[in-house]
Amino acid sequence: MAQTLDTPAARRDALRRMLLVREFENRVRDRFADNEIPGFVHLSQGQEAVAVGACTALTDDDYITSTHRAHGHSLAKGLEPDRLLAELYGKEAGYCGGRGGSMHVADLDNGMLGAQPIVGASVPLGTGAGITAQLTDADWVATVFCGDGSVAAGQVHEAINLAATWHLPVVFVVENNQYSEGMTFDEQHNVEDLAEMAAGYGIPGEIVDGQDVTAVYETVAAARERALAGDGPTFVEAKTYRYRGHFEGDEEPYRTREEVEEWEAERDPIDLYREELAAAGELTDDQFEAMRADVAETMDEAVEFARNADEPAPEDAYDDVFVEPAPEVEAFRERMRTDGGDGGDGR
Amino acid sequence: MSATTADRETETASIREALRTALREELLADDDVFIMGQDEEDGGSFEVTAGLHDEFGFDRVRNTPISEAAQVGAGVGAAATGMRPVVNLSFADFVGVCFDQVMNQAGKTRYMFGGASEVPLTIRAIEGAGLNAAAQHSGTVHTLVAHLPGVKAVAPGTPAAAKGLMKSAVRSDDPVVFFENKTIYERHGPVPVDDDFTVPIGEASVEQEGEDVTVVATQRLLGESLAAARDVDASVEVIDPRSLYPLDTDTLAASLRKTGRLVVADESPLSYGLHAEIVTRVVEDAFWSVDAPVQRVGVPDTPIPFSPSQEDEVVPDADDVRRAIERTF
Ligand SMILES: Cc1ncc(C[n+]2csc(CCOP(=O)(O)OP(=O)(O)O)c2C)c(N)n1
Repeated sequence: MAQTLDTPAARRDALRRMLLVREFENRVRDRFADNEIPGFVHLSQGQEAVAVGACTALTDDDYITSTHRAHGHSLAKGLEPDRLLAELYGKEAGYCGGRGGSMHVADLDNGMLGAQPIVGASVPLGTGAGITAQLTDADWVATVFCGDGSVAAGQVHEAINLAATWHLPVVFVVENNQYSEGMTFDEQHNVEDLAEMAAGYGIPGEIVDGQDVTAVYETVAAARERALAGDGPTFVEAKTYRYRGHFEGDEEPYRTREEVEEWEAERDPIDLYREELAAAGELTDDQFEAMRADVAETMDEAVEFARNADEPAPEDAYDDVFVEPAPEVEAFRERMRTDGGDGGDGR
Repeated sequence: MSATTADRETETASIREALRTALREELLADDDVFIMGQDEEDGGSFEVTAGLHDEFGFDRVRNTPISEAAQVGAGVGAAATGMRPVVNLSFADFVGVCFDQVMNQAGKTRYMFGGASEVPLTIRAIEGAGLNAAAQHSGTVHTLVAHLPGVKAVAPGTPAAAKGLMKSAVRSDDPVVFFENKTIYERHGPVPVDDDFTVPIGEASVEQEGEDVTVVATQRLLGESLAAARDVDASVEVIDPRSLYPLDTDTLAASLRKTGRLVVADESPLSYGLHAEIVTRVVEDAFWSVDAPVQRVGVPDTPIPFSPSQEDEVVPDADDVRRAIERTF
């Protein structure tokens, strides 16, 4: 069963998960700055309501696909912060044994079919999962997360068109955070709203306030129902904003500090939801502080776990290329590396 | 004939029929198998899948719009969630349109996710010159794909290999790109009739035994090489590697140890290609057995021209193989 936002406890849980994403990424930001986390890191702070709202509408059996900015989607889908963080640290205990890192996380047990940092590539994969659902009469759907920038990429159009033409059970959630790297929305698109494009595929295009977790939840839940009923995909454009640079270390010459601060002060999804629940008498300050302390403790433990986890064995780098290892790779591992080659035939 | 076809009841069939039979048997055997490609309802490219749509319906054999990246990408997504898709790219040159999905998604998904997902995807790619189809519809691109870690590549030269390898490709839990040469669909030969028959990916076939010189030849050039072998005054061993990656180095090196002479005939461009790989493999393994300069037969590094006279010029045939054999003596 999908979760709901129908009870005060469920609403508090959604708020907690948004806080978890925020705090997870605070830790990632700091640990990355201290050179503890290798590679590239892209944070999704400011966009928590999209990830949590959408994934609250999904069941454990539903699949998601994601992008280079995948921490929020992963945590919202049910991945545990400790193993996710261990993956960012490149550790054996990470979801992909340290093979993927921040940009390539998958966990099929939680329906997380994979982060695909090639911009646009997550979209056909979700369409393909939709084919599986359709062919097996499954009671799950595929939900694709992609950015506004990706909607300029060819394979995105192909994949949405294919899903629309075949009425596949897919929900496309475009997170319009208004930037693609340093390019503004207007520099990349000649439409006011990306949802307009849905008309070109003959599917519904919904625009939703991506800072409002309830609105995202309701829109994705309705799109999911539509998909399950055999009525095909929905294109959901969630208007949102990212607080951090494109990647950690980005100097952000393309926007002003004031713009970011205005969003943080006035449109923060966590503040908005907290106020809403408080106004409805469902959340006291004490409850919120307890929630925050609990999330902080979870993250303290996750950081300890990731830091102390074992590195993967270097020689395991040759595993998992194929299901059965190729003789070429085995030959490299066993022979060429050790004797350096003797020209064969043992002269 | 390869060991795998020995002691089996066979019938004479073309490569086209052998491929169709293999796909049909796999569709019958496993509900998770489905085919998608352009014009599949009308028999697919070069009629290879003719009749399958009528027999199995749209769900199992489906027409796609013209969107190769989405076809392959959706194939990866369907494969990773439990299906066994077969995606037809019609002309192998179109791999350029969806190279990202082949290289980055099909080839790397399992690895980068630490083995979490399997990608039992088959991509059919139809290649080769000879139909005056010009540069964008005549290329032989298997070297590009065989070069990609995480993707297997096969390219049969006989009907038996076509059937057995197609079945292995569909059953493989890894992504396999299946290269079909479009000019040899009507090549006939014995094909085992039973539906258990497979050719393992990674196993070469000694098509003709010989003592003096080894010719390793793929696809159309296998037939051309067998013809060339009849024209030279030497005992020629002809081997179809069948599987390009993984490649059966042992069989190739053993043959070179016996003959001391090597010709590699493959229709892809000569530079940085399959020829170089095969030569390197056998030289690594059997350097001290090489008695003569090794020879390559392939396409000079040009795209395939349109004009029939120019196409004939750049595309190798039996004469080129014969001359290469003679240069080893
Ligand atoms: C095919 C491809 N081109 C370029 C890039 C470099 N790149 C990484 S993320 C990104 C921006 C994507 O913007 P958007 O889809 O809006 O997602 P956001 O970063 O805003 O979440 C770019 C251009 C890439 N990863 N893949």
